[in-house]
Amino acid sequence: MTWFSSPADAETRLEAAGYLADAATATTAYLAGVLGKPLLIEGPAGVGKTELAKAVARSTDAELVRLQCYEGLDEARALYEWNYKKQLLRIQASAGDTAWEETHDGIFTEEFLLSRPLLTAIRREEPTVLLVDEVDKTDVEVEGLLLEVLSDFQVTIPELGTVAAVRRPFVVLTSNATRELSEAVKRRCLFLHLDYPDADRERDIVLSQVPDLERKVADQLVATVARLRELELKKAPSIAESIDWARTLIALEIGDLDEAAVAGTLGVVLKHASDHDRAVRELRLARAR
Amino acid sequence: MTLLGSHIAFVEALRGAGLPVSLAEGLDAVTALGAVGWHDRDTVRAAYAATLVKREAQRPTFDTLFDLYFPRLVGEGDRATSDPAHGEGDPAARVRDNAAALTALRERLVEALTAGEEQAMRDLAVDAVARFGSMPGRGPGLSSWSAYTALQRVSPAELTEQIVRGLLATGLPEEQARREAGRRVGAWTALVEEDSRRRIAEEKGVEHVARTTVRPTLDRLDFLSMRRTDLEEMRRQIYPLARRLATRLTQEHHAHRRGALDFRRTVRASMSTGGVPMATHHKPKRPHRTELVVLCDVSGSVANFAQFTLLLVFALRDQFQKVRAFTFVDHVHEVTHHFRPGADVADVMAELAASTAQAALWGRTNYGRAFTKFAELHPDALGPRSSLLILGDARSNYSDLSLPALRDLAGAARHAWWLNPEHRRHWDTGDSAATAYGGVVPMVECRNLTQLSEFVHDIL
Repeated sequence: MTWFSSPADAETRLEAAGYLADAATATTAYLAGVLGKPLLIEGPAGVGKTELAKAVARSTDAELVRLQCYEGLDEARALYEWNYKKQLLRIQASAGDTAWEETHDGIFTEEFLLSRPLLTAIRREEPTVLLVDEVDKTDVEVEGLLLEVLSDFQVTIPELGTVAAVRRPFVVLTSNATRELSEAVKRRCLFLHLDYPDADRERDIVLSQVPDLERKVADQLVATVARLRELELKKAPSIAESIDWARTLIALEIGDLDEAAVAGTLGVVLKHASDHDRAVRELRLARAR
Repeated sequence: MTLLGSHIAFVEALRGAGLPVSLAEGLDAVTALGAVGWHDRDTVRAAYAATLVKREAQRPTFDTLFDLYFPRLVGEGDRATSDPAHGEGDPAARVRDNAAALTALRERLVEALTAGEEQAMRDLAVDAVARFGSMPGRGPGLSSWSAYTALQRVSPAELTEQIVRGLLATGLPEEQARREAGRRVGAWTALVEEDSRRRIAEEKGVEHVARTTVRPTLDRLDFLSMRRTDLEEMRRQIYPLARRLATRLTQEHHAHRRGALDFRRTVRASMSTGGVPMATHHKPKRPHRTELVVLCDVSGSVANFAQFTLLLVFALRDQFQKVRAFTFVDHVHEVTHHFRPGADVADVMAELAASTAQAALWGRTNYGRAFTKFAELHPDALGPRSSLLILGDARSNYSDLSLPALRDLAGAARHAWWLNPEHRRHWDTGDSAATAYGGVVPMVECRNLTQLSEFVHDIL
């Protein structure tokens, strides 16, 4: 199936799914669908990397299969595992009745296979979006495991043979760039760097996520966040934090983001003490408390 | 040039600039362009970027080269109908550069910058280079366009005040208006530079410009040839870099977690298999942490290098038992107390810069004196468990080198290294005493972020 019919189509459909993509993002998402290549998204935390995968799934009525990566993730958690407890039960239940050959063939069948996200995504016959989240957190060995899946969309299980994808999933990999991924993985992927959006787009995003916010306050909020990003901070506020801030202002019923309001709620957007101090100094706010 | 020709030349240029573009990626790009079509320049750019660029640090290089190989317009674009494209020796063209035209252009520029219209800014940049950036009648081999000349004539920085006033009228607060005006003037300057590059490329061939004007990516840029904007960008890179290094180190430590054979446990475990050691047991490896003493030259041009290295070392402080830092020009001054945990990078840099004065008595670099003073004032700094790291270009103004003093320092420490930010081919030229010092303390060339992070990774 085709995922999107054109870059413009990708943009409108993602927007309908609640994700405001810029032209480059829409074009790359469209290309990932057309070329059938995985999409590697890099960028700071909280700019909507995971959200893009969810939006693609929503806008194309596909199911999202998610593989969350972490240090120590292995084949058994990512790909498949034999349900050996059940195999043992089977052997015990049929002890003595059947020949070894039969038992041996009997316990390595679909019935005893535990399918993990990668295998699930490949075997699904309906449209699927496979999200491999925070791929930089895994060990280098798992990257090797991903290579076969990402380039040929097939998995080799020694006892069963090679399982090829019935229908190519739309694969999205996200990374916070804490580690350089290997060239082999990067070569197989399309690359997209998501960065902080410009002021207009960010205001639209905040307003679409928090519709109760007044437009004037949204403008002030976006301007302040843009100002904060220009400072040398350890962690610049991302879109997720802008949205949190907007929700905070709604909850506190603040109708005007003046200096006192900024100083009082700065903790929502800045998460380091030194960043906080710097922002107070640079924006010349009266110190809260 | 044919479409395929430009594609191949573009890919070649990217490889020349250090982007590892494989054949497969080139083919992907062609397939992608087949899917999106060539009708829209931004879409073509996005398609190329998605398939060929695999690291964000390479993006500026990619953009510069893309603008060169796929320029926005050729010559004067659609306005070329009335004017000749090149003005050499054409009186009609030279008349266009006059005071009235300059005033008119500056007025339009203020309008466009105040409104922040991107298209108008682009057009004015093209106009400015065409009118004021041309240097007709120059000899063959010299380019006849100059962004410098154009910017000198138009001098957009002088217009900042007017733009600020215009922005204030729209209701922006003063400080924000000033910042916005500065940003827009900067953006326009970049547009002028881009347009003159494009014109020079038309005249002298794209390959020539691609070779000479495209700057290396940030992590390959020499510390000694950095501009102010690069320095700011670098400072932002320090923490992500330290985090990447720390992640890599932790993973490698985990990989070699197995230490030496634990003989007792192995023999004891072999009891259950009748005395045959079926499995070996190992002692856990104790993480080995060094005390690091950094001694850095903060004079003149090497100061940037010293500051980056200090920041990186302190960002990685968890990996060391203890870090002490000293700066010198011709006198030694301890700066460890500036690096408080969780301190703000910008503050630390400011304090460091302020404390430079205390490291200098006469202000001329004197390595010999610095080493003697260090041994005299801080004899407790170096011990058998500490490592000494010296940063500097080993240019000591032909003064006494005090090699024995350095030999003592190196002898007192467990390891000693010297990082030199100069290219190896410049060592021993002029007043550089690289070989003399390198004979006492192993000297390593460390010109850019890549080399620096490799070095820090190796010593940990």
